[in-house]
Amino acid sequence: MPKEVLIRYDRCLGCRSCQLACAVAHSGAGSLLGAVLNGERPRARIFIHQAGGHKAPLNCRHCQDAPCIDACIAGAMHRQEDGTVTNVGGDQQCTACWMCVMVCPYGVIRSDADGTLALKCDRECRDEKGVPACVRACPTGALVYDEVDEYSDKRRLDVLNRALSNL
Amino acid sequence: MKDTRSIDPASLQMLKVARDEGLETAWDRYLAQQPQCGFGELGLCCRNCNMGPCRIDPFGDGPQKGVCGATGDIIVARNLLRMIAAGAAAHSDHGRDIVETLRGVAAGEIRDYTIKDESKLMALAREFGLSTEGETVQVIAKKLAEAALEEFGTRKGYLQGINRVPVKRKEIWEKLGITPRGIDREVVEAMHRTHFGVDNDPANLILHGLRCSLSDGWGGSLLATEFSDVLFGTPRPVRGRSNLGVLSKDAVNILVHGHEPVLSEMLVAAAKDLALISAARAKGASGINLVGMCCTGNEILMRHGVPVAGNFLQQELAIITGALEAVVVDVQCIMPALGQLAACYHTKFISTSPKAKFPGALHIPLDEHNALETARKIILQAIENYPNRDQNRVYIPEETAEYVAGFSVEALLNALGGTLDPLIEAVKNKKIRGIAALVGCNNPKVTQDHSHVNLAKALIARDVLVVETGCAAIASAKAGLLLPEAAELAGAGLAEVCRALGLPPVLHMGSCVDISRILTVAAALARELGVDIADLPVAGAAPEWMSEKAVSIGAYVVASGIFTVLGTVPPVLGSNVVADLLTRQAKDLVGGYFAVETDPFKAAELVIAHIDDKRAAMGI
Repeated sequence: MPKEVLIRYDRCLGCRSCQLACAVAHSGAGSLLGAVLNGERPRARIFIHQAGGHKAPLNCRHCQDAPCIDACIAGAMHRQEDGTVTNVGGDQQCTACWMCVMVCPYGVIRSDADGTLALKCDRECRDEKGVPACVRACPTGALVYDEVDEYSDKRRLDVLNRALSNL
Repeated sequence: MKDTRSIDPASLQMLKVARDEGLETAWDRYLAQQPQCGFGELGLCCRNCNMGPCRIDPFGDGPQKGVCGATGDIIVARNLLRMIAAGAAAHSDHGRDIVETLRGVAAGEIRDYTIKDESKLMALAREFGLSTEGETVQVIAKKLAEAALEEFGTRKGYLQGINRVPVKRKEIWEKLGITPRGIDREVVEAMHRTHFGVDNDPANLILHGLRCSLSDGWGGSLLATEFSDVLFGTPRPVRGRSNLGVLSKDAVNILVHGHEPVLSEMLVAAAKDLALISAARAKGASGINLVGMCCTGNEILMRHGVPVAGNFLQQELAIITGALEAVVVDVQCIMPALGQLAACYHTKFISTSPKAKFPGALHIPLDEHNALETARKIILQAIENYPNRDQNRVYIPEETAEYVAGFSVEALLNALGGTLDPLIEAVKNKKIRGIAALVGCNNPKVTQDHSHVNLAKALIARDVLVVETGCAAIASAKAGLLLPEAAELAGAGLAEVCRALGLPPVLHMGSCVDISRILTVAAALARELGVDIADLPVAGAAPEWMSEKAVSIGAYVVASGIFTVLGTVPPVLGSNVVADLLTRQAKDLVGGYFAVETDPFKAAELVIAHIDDKRAAMGI
């Protein structure tokens, strides 16, 4: 089972550390100070919104039936062996037609700074242990990189432990 | 794998013990904090009002203004000014305590301290323009202390200390409007300016930062140094030992840690009390072993040759030796982690300042009016704790190194034969290429002592005389660089001068407030040569800095005209405007400017290039 970036919404403090780390991981310099000193303008592919009373991160779900792949007229958007959906490194170049942006049910595909390329989570930020930059950067554990069933397993145990602890 | 946390073998051994015992240190907590907040690293977050907190996206993607409209440039400048203000406040409040103590002694309210250096008292009284003729020492001391206390409040004119600088320097400050006025006033104004909706011009904010820092360097710190000398004696060269190996296997070990000598001087006196030594022996100990750490360590090693157990990042390691009966602290640079760590051993963690309380500490407030009695009480606590020591858990590293410290301005002049001429001659004929001041802390972001020791070594090897204070000086003590014998590591010219005068190539000039001694020497050299401080072949460096005090120090050194290399990156890179002001425009404005270089070997090249430029400009 591939791992996914899963979100514990109750833990997000809205610090935007994940966004900064995502942008840095996609910069030429690869480091915060290096990118700032070079005057680079890398863009994050994870988003934070205030949704009602919640601070809510959202990023690409790498859908199994990914509308962005179906909609990509250029043939750039594709699925890699590990399940990652990306428009980078495919047979064709992204032509910035924004079909993927229009069909994405989560709104997590965006434009680069020049408006010439669709940007999305490409997981090209994983460290030697395979952990994405946004997950590493999250100081509260709001972002979890785990297999879905492992995650739900922990989630069940967590809720049961809390519910039954006072019995 | 090589442990890169420290170059000090004593530290590395203690880190292994910490791991085996399952104890956490600052290095573990530093790792746990990774990755640290990028907005904070860049200085781009603002918490100054409750419309926020706000942060600016450094890549231009997210918000570029806070709720109030403040840009990244404004936020970075405001944050830096607040750091300077906090640092200046720390040094200056320490200075105030020393001056208050002298006033109390002179007024006869405080009896446990005496005036140890009357000639310095007289010299300071003359400097302050006080009449001394026909007056008793007590009266002069009282007048001087009162005049010095005036320096803290708003005055009509400027600080007394600035009269030490050459006229050219004064004119530069005057032109920029940064001549420091009251010591407290500049800190208060810094807080006012950074309050919501006041100063929102990055350059104007930074200029006030320089002014605020000058009120520290030529005000608060200077008073702390000079009045400590009056009260406790002006340091003279003294030999002692350094590093964790100074702890004793069989004596009652008391570690004094913090900054103000008011407490430590009394502990030094009380530790010699025969009744207390007998009490220690009655508990089975061989005696009382008082040792210092950080700047309290520097204060008492400068004046008494008291062993110094280590610098900033060794405070936890000293407890982990299991051999400390008490850690006694006052103010500044004391980790709040110490209480919990001390509880893992028999060690008593004793706080003494009403300004500084800590979790897990036993609070025994130091009362200046009954200071010796308080010191005795503290030492008795340690003695009574000795039987609780578990000798099976004791691990004291063997590492110690001798040092020679105590180079006050007066001691330096004395070594030079009474005038600065031999030093000036040596600089002119290039036996000494220039002078570099290495100061500041440890920081787990860089290998402990690596930058301090390697920068000092690289500089002396190329004939740059190094003067040091604070934790940088303790790093050199541990590395054996504070000994006259270290001249063999110096270039031929510097080595010759050191041997002729019996001086080490690295001079320990005191605690972090004693950077005022370095300023005083720089100003005197400039006046002697008829130039500005900025014209001298001198440079500063803070290779492993971490505290806000270091930010204030860096600012006043630069504002005094001295090029300064920082070894850890300050949180200003979120603003090109501020970074440019500090690293380029400052050169045109005040003569001094900053560079950031984390590699000590490259930092040495920057210092030497600067010194050579200044030599060329002076035609020497």
